[in-house]
Amino acid sequence: MADKLETRHLSAYFSRTRALHDVSLGVPANRITAIIGPSGCGKSTLVRCLNRMHEVAPGAQVEGEVYLDNENIYAPGVDPVAIRRRIGMVFQKPTPFPTMSVEENVAAGLMLNGVRLTRAERDGVVERSLRQAALWDEVKDRLDRSGMSLSGGQQQRLCVARALAVEPEVLLMDEPCSALDPISTARIEELLLELKKDYTIILVTHNMQQAARTADLTAFLYAGDLVEFGETRQIFTNPNRRETEDYITGRFG
Amino acid sequence: MESSQLQHTNRQYEEELRGLRAALLKMGGLVERQIAEAIEALVARDSEHARQVIGRDVEVNRMDIEGDECCIRLLARYQPAASDLRFITTGLKITTDLERIGDNAVNICERAIELNEEPQLKPYIDIPRMAQLARSMVRDSLDAFMRYDTDLAEQVIARDDEVDQLNRLIYGELLTYMAQNPSTVPRATKILFVSKYLERIADHATNIAEMVVFLVKGRTIKHLDRGHGR
Repeated sequence: MADKLETRHLSAYFSRTRALHDVSLGVPANRITAIIGPSGCGKSTLVRCLNRMHEVAPGAQVEGEVYLDNENIYAPGVDPVAIRRRIGMVFQKPTPFPTMSVEENVAAGLMLNGVRLTRAERDGVVERSLRQAALWDEVKDRLDRSGMSLSGGQQQRLCVARALAVEPEVLLMDEPCSALDPISTARIEELLLELKKDYTIILVTHNMQQAARTADLTAFLYAGDLVEFGETRQIFTNPNRRETEDYITGRFG
Repeated sequence: MESSQLQHTNRQYEEELRGLRAALLKMGGLVERQIAEAIEALVARDSEHARQVIGRDVEVNRMDIEGDECCIRLLARYQPAASDLRFITTGLKITTDLERIGDNAVNICERAIELNEEPQLKPYIDIPRMAQLARSMVRDSLDAFMRYDTDLAEQVIARDDEVDQLNRLIYGELLTYMAQNPSTVPRATKILFVSKYLERIADHATNIAEMVVFLVKGRTIKHLDRGHGR
């Protein structure tokens, strides 16, 4: 099967500092690919390069290529906004728009993209997205309440619903559970397993057990280098590289 | 990928892993001694000694339970991965094999006590040789485990054929006794059992050696056809 998303010799810089070094990685469709590694290893930078968000930071630069369905998203003339619609993102801390209601939050992406919908169409998108994010049953009676009135775990699922509303193909999740308790975390993980049937998911996580539990493939990054990439099962039982072994067994100095 | 030279960042974890290693080594030492003394008691026709060995089996059983508890605690508390995970799961299985070896030593003693109630059928020559071989396999398999030494583990596995061969030799010899003089049948079958127990001990040592290969290389070599259906 062809890779849904593929980086080729991808390097990223902040001014003079190189945050990512020559990363070539193929992410298959309808799989969860975890990216693990110590703080500052380039995990977040890598996912931000995948939907052209890295270049937004001042002084940031990208070298190399990223292919979405064999199409280079860094080719001249490609609209980054169009790419970000196809490759959605969920962040570490739940980020509902504070002045918006639950349903306005879900529809926000469509509104900001200038999509004009009838009331019925909009209601349809809101319900579908909330159902996909496993939040519908909990919020269907309070769609007009503020997004901030929800619990942390619900807010994060609201953000997933918001990302899903624009019907992306790939979902980037940067530490989506780090601000959540174990029960909310379990619900998000369950959700990820459900969502991978329809989406390609890339999950950045500090929580190695989370990667071991949910991901089909795991990439280990260290100091901007892709050290090892393989089946999660193999990475966590018998990694090929000493650096990976040291990191996942907690021997990092 | 074998175990790293680096220590774990978590000292408590490091300490508990070392504790498991020491506990397994101690259990192995005791089990090895049980085999040696069981054969001594058999050869010297010393029923009192045999009873002492049997009495000591509770200690082996206690170590089995403690070793397993240690492994389960490590799994629950630290969610080990990679070589640590393989070390702990291997530990869980090694305690089972060692405990069975201990049981086999007890069985040898039970047959020895029964044999001592009748005159000696024949001097023991091949049984002590076989016991020596089985014991060295147990010791070397544990050494291989402690040192992550796959070469030594492979040697242990190869030696299992010698034990099997001795077992067949003893079987043939005792069959001749029984055919010539049916009154020897009760004694001969007991010696046959002893030979079988030793053969089982060697099998358990082989299991441990196979686990060492898994521990170090992360791949299973069990149940590969080596021409004898273990």
